[in-house]
Amino acid sequence: MSNNLKLFTTPLAKNNPITVQILGICSCLAVTAQLKPAVVMALSVTVVVALSNFIISLLRNTIPPRIRIIVQLVVVSALVILVNQVLMAFVYDVSKQLSVYVGLIITNCIVMGRLEAFAMSHKPFESLLDGIGNGLGYGIILVILGFVRELLGSGTLWGYPVMEKLGMYKIGYENNGLVIMAPMALILVGIIIWIQRSKDKDLQEN
Amino acid sequence: MKSFSNKYIFIYSAVLVAIVAVILSVVAMGLKDRQQENIRNEKMQTLLAAINVTIDRDGAEALYKEYFTRELTVGTDGSILSEYDIATGEMISGTERAFNVNLKAEQGKEKAGQQGAFPVYLFQKDGQTGYVIPTQGNGLWGPVYANIALDADLNTIIGVTFSHDSETPGLGAEITTEKFQAPFIGKKILDENGTVVSIAVKKHANPEGEHEVDAISGGTMTSNGVSAMLGNDLARYQAYITNTLQSSVEPQPAVEEAANNNEKEASNE
Repeated sequence: MSNNLKLFTTPLAKNNPITVQILGICSCLAVTAQLKPAVVMALSVTVVVALSNFIISLLRNTIPPRIRIIVQLVVVSALVILVNQVLMAFVYDVSKQLSVYVGLIITNCIVMGRLEAFAMSHKPFESLLDGIGNGLGYGIILVILGFVRELLGSGTLWGYPVMEKLGMYKIGYENNGLVIMAPMALILVGIIIWIQRSKDKDLQEN
Repeated sequence: MKSFSNKYIFIYSAVLVAIVAVILSVVAMGLKDRQQENIRNEKMQTLLAAINVTIDRDGAEALYKEYFTRELTVGTDGSILSEYDIATGEMISGTERAFNVNLKAEQGKEKAGQQGAFPVYLFQKDGQTGYVIPTQGNGLWGPVYANIALDADLNTIIGVTFSHDSETPGLGAEITTEKFQAPFIGKKILDENGTVVSIAVKKHANPEGEHEVDAISGGTMTSNGVSAMLGNDLARYQAYITNTLQSSVEPQPAVEEAANNNEKEASNE
């Protein structure tokens, strides 16, 4: 059981999909200008990675290796479209929020990466845990980025005007437009990687 | 690792694709009605939002019938192609309700040299009458939409709503925020000669300028798309606007004069 727990916890820090595996960078630049989309994206990716890991793991012995990537892609896209269709009929507002991310989730390297690296060679329950762990590990970084970028870039958090309420504008504070731009997300990820590696000796390469 | 024959691979992929296709189509068909209803209600909701009526989606239909009076479709030559009475639910002329018009298809027709039918919604709210014109264009990643509510002078903007399918959250998607939309109110779409000049969305816009609003930083492509959308789509209503303004402005003085004459005659006697 401790082994299973490990599957779940290592992706949160030691084997974090963004800062250590360097997967999913693209989507983490795109959705972290604000906190809210970052959280929505984090939850969606977690659900999709977990479920697709589970399904692929169930199918793993029947999938011919030569077409495995295509099979994975079909499963992932079917899953994402299915979820979106159901949301559209029953919780339309959530689906409107998510419609932007559908494409980003299907093409997210983390999903394919975990299917390929883990689910194809492990049992369904372990794969499910691995999926949830990786989704949350991805989510943590997204939320950190979304928090910093929205606070410094727009002066708000979850749409609430924090800086204005604190009276920062009156003493000459201004929002930093650069933080909203995608390159700044990359710089922030770089800083997080730097901090993480300087704390964790195992990750240092020399 | 097991080896698989080519036959197995072909059958496997065919079966997999077939199963996925069946599941997706069954779900899509089964949920279609609910989805369509959500989409229709949302359309009414955004039209209401343009005239500053906020309501949740379920209540939109009732209020739509209360505030909106007529749906027209007009050609770029100013002709009225269809007219629909919202209160009675009857077509006064033409066959297609403006509400059901696929704006994108009509824009395509116009490009191909055919006559497109473009929707106009007439509303009456607290004694004020006016027009709502829907527009559709391209943002960075996908379509962007707007409803422009105009005062009875068909010139002053009294409300706007923007929406989009897939613009980047935090950047282009900011067009849906109050911060972007509020500056549109009070702007004019016509110049002094009654020609449609639309509203430009640009950097460092002069807040006093009647035909410009500020773009979104980091959302330049979306801002440009919005600007182009407004320019292209509003221009299609040029003839309709000119006709409507002429027919509504000119007869009125005539009536007043007649009334004055009558009064004079009455007082003379």
